[in-house]
Amino acid sequence: MHVGFIFLAVIVGSVLFHIFTPWYWTDIASNWGSMDDTITLTFWVGGGVFVAVCLFMVYCVFRFSYKEGRKAEYKPEDKKLEKILTWSTTLGVAALLAPGLIVWNQYINVPKNAIDVDVMAWQWGWQYRLPGEDGKLGSTKVENINDNNPFGIILEDINGKDDVLIQSDVLHLKNNRPVKILLRSVDVLHNWYVPQFRAKMDAVPGTITYYWFEPNKVGEYEVLCAEYCGVGHYGMRGRVFVKSEQDYKNWIEEQETFSDLIAKQKEIEFSEKKLAKNNLND
Amino acid sequence: MSEDFNDSKTIQAQSSETISGGGATPTPDIDYVRPAELPDQDLYHGHSFITKWVFCQDAKVIGVQYFLLATFTGIIGLILSWLMRLQLGFPGAAGFMTAEHYYQFVTMHGMIMVVYFLTALFLGGFGNYLIPLMTGARDMVFPYVNMVSFWMFFVAVGVLLASFFVPGGPTGSGWTLYPPQAILEGTPGSGMGIILMCVSLILFVAGFTMGGLNYLITVLQARTRGMTLMRMPLTVWGIFTATVLAMLAFPALLVSALMMTLDKVLETSFFMPTILKAGEVLEYGGGTPILFQHLFWFFGHPEVYIVALPAFGIISDLISVHSRKNIFGYRMMVWAIVVIGALSFFVWAHHMYVSGMHPWFGFFFATTTLIIAVPTAMKVYNWVLTLWRGNIRLNTVMLWCLGFIVTFVNGGITGIFLGNVTVDVPLSDTYFVVAHFHMVMGIAPLMVIMGAVYHWFPLVAGRMLSEKLGKWHFWITFLGAYSIYFPMHYLGFIGVPRRYFEMYDSPYITSAVGMNQFISTAAFIVGAAQFILIYNIIVSLKIGKPAGKNPWQANSLEWLTPTVPPEHGNWGDKLPVVHRWPYDYSVPGAKEDFIPQTTPPSEVVETKVEKT
Repeated sequence: MHVGFIFLAVIVGSVLFHIFTPWYWTDIASNWGSMDDTITLTFWVGGGVFVAVCLFMVYCVFRFSYKEGRKAEYKPEDKKLEKILTWSTTLGVAALLAPGLIVWNQYINVPKNAIDVDVMAWQWGWQYRLPGEDGKLGSTKVENINDNNPFGIILEDINGKDDVLIQSDVLHLKNNRPVKILLRSVDVLHNWYVPQFRAKMDAVPGTITYYWFEPNKVGEYEVLCAEYCGVGHYGMRGRVFVKSEQDYKNWIEEQETFSDLIAKQKEIEFSEKKLAKNNLND
Repeated sequence: MSEDFNDSKTIQAQSSETISGGGATPTPDIDYVRPAELPDQDLYHGHSFITKWVFCQDAKVIGVQYFLLATFTGIIGLILSWLMRLQLGFPGAAGFMTAEHYYQFVTMHGMIMVVYFLTALFLGGFGNYLIPLMTGARDMVFPYVNMVSFWMFFVAVGVLLASFFVPGGPTGSGWTLYPPQAILEGTPGSGMGIILMCVSLILFVAGFTMGGLNYLITVLQARTRGMTLMRMPLTVWGIFTATVLAMLAFPALLVSALMMTLDKVLETSFFMPTILKAGEVLEYGGGTPILFQHLFWFFGHPEVYIVALPAFGIISDLISVHSRKNIFGYRMMVWAIVVIGALSFFVWAHHMYVSGMHPWFGFFFATTTLIIAVPTAMKVYNWVLTLWRGNIRLNTVMLWCLGFIVTFVNGGITGIFLGNVTVDVPLSDTYFVVAHFHMVMGIAPLMVIMGAVYHWFPLVAGRMLSEKLGKWHFWITFLGAYSIYFPMHYLGFIGVPRRYFEMYDSPYITSAVGMNQFISTAAFIVGAAQFILIYNIIVSLKIGKPAGKNPWQANSLEWLTPTVPPEHGNWGDKLPVVHRWPYDYSVPGAKEDFIPQTTPPSEVVETKVEKT
């Protein structure tokens, strides 16, 4: 008898744990509430099946445990029952799949007004690039990356000149404005993941991947690398601030653009040359 | 050879003539079974200790060898998991634990458990021991190749373990070995470690192919008279289908290991794009890391079913025997195994929804993945429907079966979460995934292995295992493992990423400190409880209750050998002849609640058998 009771306790315990768990979603801070809804739906359907199957099993344990002399039923097949079970399962599965596919369709189609954000990853850190006034990011090449051109922007590309460069792992985003995260990596796989935004995608060297979301809660969030990238993986963090429109504007105006960087470097080169010339004259 | 064939054909013709010519009103012989088409197998019988127990060609000994070596590597995997849990629950408690070590332990634990423990144990261990016995063959069809298969596995394990002792240590690239990091500095063991891992996998696949061909051809060609495919126990169906999968899936692993070795040693660029490392552009260019992921998961997903299908088969047999009831919907169960096996080749990229592959793949692979849930659910229904109106013996074997149902249903449902592409986005790469695959692919198959050990130990050793120790072993393992992995899903909901050596102090992660300590403590206890089984086996070998013949009153052939434990050649002078499926339990009209497969219809004419 105790066998049935222990299994019953496991099932009841699982349900209670789910109801009273202090560990659940972090408060969502993006438009992907539909992902949470899909999960909740899956919980209801899947959880229902789990409880039903296990309770039936427990019932069998109570009702049909061994008795000397009793004979089990002999019924190799029950076509009708099997048919009912197959079709109801198919129906349940379809009911879960349909919303999943619909939301996925939203996930891979980026809204037109999304701001591009170039997220560049390496072992082990992040830096970001935002489009300038033209709203376009300049194209890049791994081979171009060096101290003078930390993002590897192709110099001939006119779109790159006014790009805003953020050589830090702190990114600011505008509240209630969709962003298209364009991911690239210069070495190994990474994944730019903020649990509160729900969305994620791997950064793959050699290609550019993307996803989008719309932050909708002003605040500070932690970025985690979600694809194993070597021994420093666990330390590959960053921060995101979601800001109101005005705060965002103030912030972005303070940031350096690619042409600023080039000008600064020319200045340094010039002063170095001047210094060398002076030294020579002395 | 051709003469033999002609002979047997004449015999067949004659016998049917005798039947029809027997009297004025011809009465068909109800015990008639088609004669054998091939002569009896000639076996090499070892005489010395070496040929009997070391380089042995008896599939049963090879099965035990596989079992012991896989268990040995499994214990190493278990110890590695303890070390990982120590770090996760109590960071810094083990002074020597660096991030490098942690990642090496994670990697080796994963690879050992999936390939060198579970796969080797189910197919090499149970496959070798049970296929010839259950199909009524004398041995595997190629005993010598079968022996070589085990020793290749032995060498593969040796190479794998050798990587612990090379400079830089074993690879720490995660069990999926994703390039580029697997072969670049910045990942522990990116030198000799990863090369040895690839070599070991190549050896494993080569050795496994030798064994696999044996299992397939034995099932197809060496079944005894009357053992039609649809009279085979589901254990054999599971192992057979899993082997077909393995034969098709392992080549993908082989080439990916080979290409990765070339990328490492010869600096080819199969998986390597242009890479910037410490300000320098490396010598690579033009390859793509996603190709590796496709190859790896083309192997990796069928691999899940290579482990699961034998488990499905075995659990069906255990539940049926110990419920004293035929397996419900046998034909459905066979077809479900075959369909799951076939579908498992069309779902691999559900491991890659957020890998950066073309996003449209998401639609296709989510659909195929959820379709596979249907035959899987049918199997679950049929297991519980087998219990229904049965006469359930609540012995240790049955407890493991019940534990399997709970953990498998739980892990299967979370699989539907992860297979459904949208739901996967927030959950992938978090502890939800870790919890899911440990529940469905770690604990559930382990429940089957344990049930199978308690079930077949009396056959292998001739003595029973202690029921009392067995029950302690079960309850600690089941309750402990469930309390490790059930709450772990919720860490994934918080967003705790997997493969983190340390969590630091993110506010939503620190809330999980207590749970991590609890999980680690449970892991130590569950791991330690496995030594109860080892103790039970050692003691029972000496003083266990003698099992006698067929202690569980089972129907299938392995219990019907002339000697227990069965000798080399299995069947003495005469091969068994099969007259029915292995699930005639509690047949109305029968004197006992079981009718072994060898019982001819004429001996049980008064029964109402529906299926033969």
